Amino acid sequence: MKQHVSSTVNGEQMEFLCEPDETLLEALRDRLNLTGTKEGCGTGDCGACSVLLDGTLVCSCLVFAPEIEGRELTTVEGIASPEALHPVQRKLLEHAALQCGICTPGVVVAAKALLDANPNPSEEETRYWLAGNLCRCTGYDKIIRAVLDAAAEMRGAAP
Amino acid sequence: MSRPHESAELHVSGAALYTDDLALPAHTLHGAYGLSEVAHGRLCGLELEAARQARDVVDVLTAADVPGVNNYGGIVADDPIFADGEVHYAGQPLFLVVAHEREAARRAARLASARIEPLPAILDIRAAIAAESFVLPSKRLVRGDPDAELARAPQRLSGSVGMGGQDHFYLEGQVAVALPQEDGGMHLWSSTQHPSEVQHLVAAALGVASHAVSVSCRRMGGGFGGKESQPAMIACAAAVAARRSGRPVKIRLDRDIDMLATGKRHDFLADYDVGFDGDGRIRALSVMLASRCGYSADLSGPVSDRAVCHLDNAYFIPHVAIVSHRCRTNTVSNTAFRGFGGPQGMMVIEHILDDIARHLGCDPLAVRRVNLYGIGERNVTPYGQIVEDNILPDLLEQLASEADYAGRRRAVAEWNEREPVIKRGLALTPVKFGISFTKTSYNQAGALLQIYRDGTMLLNHGGTEMGQGLHTKVLDIVARELGVPNAWVRITATDTSKVPNTSATAASSGSDLNGKAAQDAARTLRERLAAFVRERDGVEIGPEDFDGGRVQIGANSIPFAELVEAAYRARISLSATGFYRTPKIHWDMDRLMGRPFYYFAYGAAIVEAAVDTLTGESRLLALDILHDVGHSLNPAIDIGQIEGGFMQGVGWLTSEQLYFDSDGALRTHAPSTYKIPTARDWPERAEVRLFGRPNPEETIYRSKAVGEPPLMLAIAALHAIRDAVAATPGGAGRPRLMAPAVPEAVLRAMGAVCELSEERSPLGDTMGTTSPDATEQTAFRLI
Repeated sequence: MKQHVSSTVNGEQMEFLCEPDETLLEALRDRLNLTGTKEGCGTGDCGACSVLLDGTLVCSCLVFAPEIEGRELTTVEGIASPEALHPVQRKLLEHAALQCGICTPGVVVAAKALLDANPNPSEEETRYWLAGNLCRCTGYDKIIRAVLDAAAEMRGAAP
Repeated sequence: MSRPHESAELHVSGAALYTDDLALPAHTLHGAYGLSEVAHGRLCGLELEAARQARDVVDVLTAADVPGVNNYGGIVADDPIFADGEVHYAGQPLFLVVAHEREAARRAARLASARIEPLPAILDIRAAIAAESFVLPSKRLVRGDPDAELARAPQRLSGSVGMGGQDHFYLEGQVAVALPQEDGGMHLWSSTQHPSEVQHLVAAALGVASHAVSVSCRRMGGGFGGKESQPAMIACAAAVAARRSGRPVKIRLDRDIDMLATGKRHDFLADYDVGFDGDGRIRALSVMLASRCGYSADLSGPVSDRAVCHLDNAYFIPHVAIVSHRCRTNTVSNTAFRGFGGPQGMMVIEHILDDIARHLGCDPLAVRRVNLYGIGERNVTPYGQIVEDNILPDLLEQLASEADYAGRRRAVAEWNEREPVIKRGLALTPVKFGISFTKTSYNQAGALLQIYRDGTMLLNHGGTEMGQGLHTKVLDIVARELGVPNAWVRITATDTSKVPNTSATAASSGSDLNGKAAQDAARTLRERLAAFVRERDGVEIGPEDFDGGRVQIGANSIPFAELVEAAYRARISLSATGFYRTPKIHWDMDRLMGRPFYYFAYGAAIVEAAVDTLTGESRLLALDILHDVGHSLNPAIDIGQIEGGFMQGVGWLTSEQLYFDSDGALRTHAPSTYKIPTARDWPERAEVRLFGRPNPEETIYRSKAVGEPPLMLAIAALHAIRDAVAATPGGAGRPRLMAPAVPEAVLRAMGAVCELSEERSPLGDTMGTTSPDATEQTAFRLI
């Protein structure tokens, strides 16, 4: 029997019906049409499906959709404000830190989570934090530069 | 700043639509495969009833349900869409369950079973050679008199070089949606580098003409060659299911199924015999080069040809014989992967030169230098092409001096003198990569450009976007030719209805071919507008008069849109096709002679690595790359290709291990066990620079192709690790380090572990077996 789930997604109250064993990733993509969250492996190893659940970084392929009942979820679609991209997004773009772009939403979400918790991460901390986000195109260096640059800008903007 | 990727804003905001993201009609069905668990056998029957009865299941398809030809092989028709009569590899699709939901289809597929009578399986290269099991006839390339010169050479060495395959691990798995159209038509959305091939193969599978099938692809989430021939497999299956049900059918493979069922980079094995002088200069070389093709031909012919044509890499080999075997094994059919045999060919010669240097006791760079192709002399490749544009001696010396190879060589030696546990290694390897499809007829491209009355335009070309920035570059070219802002040019999905009979976006040729075709279309329209102005105003205008979205007509400057609107009213056609074919090339593919490549792209890398002698783990400490992209079309995109290509090569050579068990089943079919590089694997210090000399050939704005060549810069990483291994007591001399240099392989090469009796490499070679007494000593010696 389908379950009724009610939660806050990207600041908006949302309700949907899903199977009890349906993953959050499937529910986001197939029921809420939030297709920015991608499936790379389905086993929690690649980070393409990264979302923030009550502010904590999780792989949405490892969370059952009913588990988000009453909780707050942020997906890549909720990172930018209506007026402007988040600094992490803008810096990824400026540093040409993306190619095919399919890992990018997961990187954006994971990097935001890092900077929310630690506004001044070292390069090593950044590399460790993002080691769970696989990218097959870039070699990662531009991604790391972009995130560190975004961190510096955000610190400058809010001293 | 270089112009960002045309989809960058969509990428970072999650709004870029990939095939899996497309909204589907409500009645769409989903397909899931059942795969063989047996490597080779007679397919006696399928028990499908339980699957048919499962909840939400609509249909189960097998080979008997294909209305046309049960084949998705593009060159040789030996790739069945569904196994028929015989099973050729563990992982081969046997049937497709079609259900209302994806999960229902996947679960039902597990309820079915197959009755397979096992037959003897050939799994590795040595076994295939022994059985003369080949997918295609062997080829032979000979120049001079290698046998006599080998006998006459002052020094002589022989040995083997082995390297494993590689899964593409495009982060977006294979996916296709088939949408039935009226009157027997079929439209597909396919994540493919080769829409035209999907179109033709789907038509054959359905038993309809090509004009009844159309294929679209807006972007792929990575391709790397894995979406050149492989997408046709699921596109054909989806189309057959859609035809039977009359409803749209989508197939998206999950990661494990994708890795089990689809082809990978070829493993290669080479046995060599080389003669050289006291400086390490090669006099003669004889090589047996064998590739593991898997069960079918797929692209293995051209992959093996390219390996033969890159075995020389950057070096002149006066007398040479190469025998190329294309081994048929009961494993997944290996396919295109960035470099397309080139990396495997280069690996062989780089290993040989390293062996020569270690044998002579000199720096491997010195041996590489004396063997480089000359300028005006010693400049003919084994396959008869003259190396006309050799910038490598300059490039290599610039890199070696700017990155202080000599000083760092001394520092590494001092470190290794002093440090017993962590050993360091240094290597510089060059790349010379031939640009063009070896099959001459593929070197053509088309484009379609349409200008609307507001001055904006829609551009389509035959190339596909997989993240390499092709659309960004081609869009730039059109905007530049017509002197308009980039925002006025829009590229939509690559579509067989817009540009027909395209080549795969492959062989690094995407922007060379499609950029020129789009330029041709843009120039045609610009000349039409100029002719209109000449007739109307009696004024000659040239390319420089189209600039900044305006057109200079004599003393008057008018908006581009105003000219377009006037031309429309004067009944001038504002739509044009463009076409390009690469000049100068010709190739005799039986004799392996001719000029297969329009030009060469060059590069070189210095890598410094560290190896932990207790665990076999390695890390890259420093990287210096100097790479030739001619006059860059977009430096940021090109540097991205270089960094990413290098890293992907590092994965192939150091961490990505395709482990097949003794029954031929792939056991590393997910990222939990198959390790591609992560953000922590990039070298601690890296300098990546462009060489910046324009292409002497007349390519688009004198640029050079950049997709594949940088992958081979990673050979320096493997050789840096080998250099570190050679600094250990057990690895002294010529260490038998096979790729990938995973910790176990590094330990073996140091003589620190003995061979496990059951473990076999996919090459059929024992991997660095050591003598028992050597093994006993090591544990103590290394500590």
